[in-house]
Amino acid sequence: MLTNEEVAKDLIRQFGEDVYDFEDPFDLLTLSTKREQLIPMLQYLKDHPTYQINFLTDICGIHYPDDPNPEREFCVVYHLHSLIHNFRVRLKVFLSEADLHIPTATTIYACANWMERETYDFFGVNFDGHPKLIRILNMEDMDYFPMRRQYPLEDSTREDKIDALFGR
Amino acid sequence: MNTVLDVSNKNIPGADVPAQSDGPIQYVNELTTLNLGPTHPATHGIFQNILQMDGEKIVSGEQTIGYIHRAFEKIAERRPFYQITTLTDRMNYCSSPINNMGWHMTVEKLLGVQVPKRAQYIRVIMMELARIADHLICNGILGVDTGAYTGFLYLMQERENIYEIYEEMCGARLTTNMGRIGGMERDLSAEAIRKIRAFVSRYPKVLREFENMFNRNRIFMDRVVNVGPITAERALSYGFTGPNLRAAGVDYDVRVMNPYSSYEDFEFDVPVGQNGDTYDRFMVRGEEMWQSLRIIEQAIENLPEGSHYADAPEYYLPPKQEVYKNMEALIYHFKIVMGEIDAPVGEVYHSVEGGNGELGFYLISDGGRAPYRLHFRRPSFIYYQAYPEMCKGVTLSDAIVIMSSLNVIAGELDA
Amino acid sequence: MASNIKLAEAPEGYEGSGFFATSLDKVIGLARANSLWPLPFATSCCGIEFMATMGSNYDIARFGAERPSFSPRQADVLLVAGTIAKKMAPVVKQVYLQMAEPRWVIAIGACASSGGIFDTYSVLQGIDRIIPVDVYVPGCPPRPEQILDGLMQVQELAKNESLRRRNSPAYQNLLESYNIQ
Repeated sequence: MLTNEEVAKDLIRQFGEDVYDFEDPFDLLTLSTKREQLIPMLQYLKDHPTYQINFLTDICGIHYPDDPNPEREFCVVYHLHSLIHNFRVRLKVFLSEADLHIPTATTIYACANWMERETYDFFGVNFDGHPKLIRILNMEDMDYFPMRRQYPLEDSTREDKIDALFGR
Repeated sequence: MNTVLDVSNKNIPGADVPAQSDGPIQYVNELTTLNLGPTHPATHGIFQNILQMDGEKIVSGEQTIGYIHRAFEKIAERRPFYQITTLTDRMNYCSSPINNMGWHMTVEKLLGVQVPKRAQYIRVIMMELARIADHLICNGILGVDTGAYTGFLYLMQERENIYEIYEEMCGARLTTNMGRIGGMERDLSAEAIRKIRAFVSRYPKVLREFENMFNRNRIFMDRVVNVGPITAERALSYGFTGPNLRAAGVDYDVRVMNPYSSYEDFEFDVPVGQNGDTYDRFMVRGEEMWQSLRIIEQAIENLPEGSHYADAPEYYLPPKQEVYKNMEALIYHFKIVMGEIDAPVGEVYHSVEGGNGELGFYLISDGGRAPYRLHFRRPSFIYYQAYPEMCKGVTLSDAIVIMSSLNVIAGELDA
Repeated sequence: MASNIKLAEAPEGYEGSGFFATSLDKVIGLARANSLWPLPFATSCCGIEFMATMGSNYDIARFGAERPSFSPRQADVLLVAGTIAKKMAPVVKQVYLQMAEPRWVIAIGACASSGGIFDTYSVLQGIDRIIPVDVYVPGCPPRPEQILDGLMQVQELAKNESLRRRNSPAYQNLLESYNIQ
């Protein structure tokens, strides 16, 4: 039965200063790491003889424009799962807008391909080494990243709905 | 590469086409690009596959999706929690109650609301009916794609019966918006219980008839056995979950691994296949329908007494009689409807076993009435990446059958 | 014994033994109205309700829509059911252009009629932005009975349409306004 403390201690032992901000909201071990250690950490967790955290559940991005620290403006979140031990981990990597790139996880997990394309499409995060990083859900000629908080939900060029009547 | 062939050998397909000149025909090996475009009767939903074909065999494929991208995640940042249920309906629209309940459970986890047993059992019944509805469509359409239209018509009739049960519960057929944060909006009426019992008694005969038509049917088996296999390792690497993963041999079911909503009270098996080919996916879905029926029988027999909603007046609308008489109830009603109830700050990930696999909700709340960020982990989006790999080297008709058996729902694909 | 069967009315004409004479456009109107072959352009949830309409409980085949044709060249009615995103809009237009006259368009569902609940940057706010629509069936999703009602409205349109309508300047102007030649 894996516990959060056990895995957290092991990760600190392995990666030292590069893992920080440990917490477990709703019993899910969450930690932050640096972008250089992301791929070694994913590989380490996958190849670990006991933990066998070998299932990538999800990758998504978050935009925090109101965060006072510009280094923490964007966050890429990886959810991992060990099917053998029923243990989940959440990895977060914070990035700044000036330096918005992170190595790709497609070398380790094949399913990271489209999940990274979706994060790129919505937030503009570049995944270095991705085989084909183009937009996936939006039209390819779209020139902005729609999920960023500064952009509105509605299409500003539509002419049939009067914004004043909709309270906008 | 030029191959000069002697046309006196009559076994070459297309060799009877007369050549422009006398003498041997020059065959040039070129790949054809075939656009299995967004609108196609075989793509159930709109997504595009651009296939490179060498004659009849597919060499590689490339997909374009996003033809029904409706920006759910951006809409969710604007809506209060109870209005997001209508968005979740429209993701996997063949089994909307599962999406609804999954979202309600996520919010209840965030808010710390405990739902009473009766509401949990009702949720289980509705989710299992939705699972049956989803697998009915998938297996029926797989039959249609192999040319057998009759089975589909028989199964669509059963879907109508499931729709009637939904209507008793929430009023709608397809986009159900069923349940509320904190329980269900109304108790199972006597008519609903009668309809569920009638369904449980009538459905086995229909399913058995369908299985007799398909399971050991020589023609069907020739079409689907060993078509589009995937190994368990590749399936796990591609993030497969649900019936597709179980057909490949891995028995990962969220209801067993992380039980939610009293699933641990029920006894059911998880069917697992062997090679992960189309036949295994078909059989796993068929068997899952039997197991869902078993769960519904157990739930309706052992339905506990109690309330169908939690005692959480801050989040669940108080009953109307109370609102008209009681000052507190009136205030809660006002606050909930005007959206002045603030959620606690936190981040939660909750997943349920949808019709296609692990449907996850990653919710980050910053204390306001709408989520700060809501991300849906959509199984169809994740496992559809494996389609070109599964289609390598098969003919076009097999590719169509593989696509149907994967059960890609366009609403879930693009969200 | 009183019978419950409702007989459809024959058009005005001159009847004799073994023959019935009426004007050509009434006959053609009848023929077209009672054999409208739909092209189910089903994108999302309304598509599932359309499948339920095609099933045996609501049975659109009773109304002449026996053969859902997936080829636009052989279809009469384009049934757009479901949300049309801006990425999909050129595809809808292509499909509409490939249909031969006379053609009708039914927009099934709130999303096809006006964008529905999705007032977002990626959803086309109604297909009448790109193609002319004859009947709108509101609902989210509309019940099969409503879809059948929409089809019956198109039947009324087809029955009463003048044979010259597709060549008339008013219709040509309508197509011009959508940039359709």
